[in-house]
Amino acid sequence: MESPATKAFRNPLVNDNPITLQILGLCSALAVTKTLATALIMSLAVTAVITLSNALISLIRRHMPRNVRLIVQITIIASLVIVVDQVLKAYAYGLSKQLSVFVGLIVTNCIIMGRAEAFAMKNSIGLSVLDGLGNALGYSWILILVGSVRELFGSGTLLGIGILPTVSAGGWYHPAALMLLPPSAFFLIGFLIWGLRTWKSEQVERSEFRVLPAGGSERAP
Amino acid sequence: MTGYPSLFVQAAFVENLALSFFLGMCMFLAVSRRVETAIGLGLAVLVVQSITVPLNNLIYSYLLKEGALAWAGLPEVDLSFLALITFIGVIAAMVQILEMVLDRFFPRLFIGLGIFLPLVTVNCAILGGSLFMVERDYDFGESLVYGIGSGFGWAVAIAVLAGIRERLKYSDVPEGLQGTGITFIIIGLISLGFLTFSGIRIG
Repeated sequence: MESPATKAFRNPLVNDNPITLQILGLCSALAVTKTLATALIMSLAVTAVITLSNALISLIRRHMPRNVRLIVQITIIASLVIVVDQVLKAYAYGLSKQLSVFVGLIVTNCIIMGRAEAFAMKNSIGLSVLDGLGNALGYSWILILVGSVRELFGSGTLLGIGILPTVSAGGWYHPAALMLLPPSAFFLIGFLIWGLRTWKSEQVERSEFRVLPAGGSERAP
Repeated sequence: MTGYPSLFVQAAFVENLALSFFLGMCMFLAVSRRVETAIGLGLAVLVVQSITVPLNNLIYSYLLKEGALAWAGLPEVDLSFLALITFIGVIAAMVQILEMVLDRFFPRLFIGLGIFLPLVTVNCAILGGSLFMVERDYDFGESLVYGIGSGFGWAVAIAVLAGIRERLKYSDVPEGLQGTGITFIIIGLISLGFLTFSGIRIG
């Protein structure tokens, strides 16, 4: 039997992953994975915001009137994002230019609102922080995986260091330009979900209709 | 930037918010099971986007930008770090007002759009549109065209996806790819299709 603390932390990693199962926070996940560096920075930013927002919201959850709670939550999240944005502009200006609007869009990242509403409003600070960290890690590993694949096959580098020598630099590797274009992010996440659900078959969604086998009569279920 | 028609095409197709910037994805996936609801949400996004982008442009250039408060005698004040929180506030307030106005004067339209309007507040496409407007330094006219164009592009994209998903109900999708997985792959294919628009230049 797992204690609630380990459950809050471990569940979002694979079993209840925010991206592949809850389908939350995709906007930013897909857009910043062109290179590994941006994916890493984005993961760090989201981790910081979600952990702190879960902690703060859980801290004041008993003092929030129910009907203004959404506004309070949005304000807390937006303030945290502004802080993260200013820190990035100060210490990693180049990367923050590459991430462009996506740091700001953490405000509307559904994972953060979703966890605040579903978990932090009901649980103690300790558990909420663990839940925030767990969800952030579940989000991060997918970002980092997709980012590595796209950068490695799209330009033959990882974090800007050459791994596969490209043809233009005298090597043998022809970069797959498709990997740098938006569609590849959709394909990669699609296949990732397929892989995860083949492994964890209880996550498979039932189809609305079933195709009968040729020949007519229905098989016994 | 060569005139408004080309900006419109650029915003609606080449730089489609959903398909090349991945904005509004959560809802894009959740509300695309049926064509009717998808079109309803698309319209709501179009309306809200065409109002909030120009409005945020006015607020940004007359209140927040560096030196924008010169008319109030405060030329050194730079409030641009407040942009994010202001835009969210403006969007939420706009949606609320729009809801009340529709309810009072266009009740039939309200019934159609009603349930989608509150959802639109947290749609990243709306906030993203305003943030792109700041990053690209659009003036008022450009941001009006950009708002309409990008909202239109989003609506078209979700209608197309819903059309495909509606047909997909009857097809035999592998286990595990069912539902979310196959939807991602379809969006990838639509996005590939939209890439072909990048050659188009008008004006």
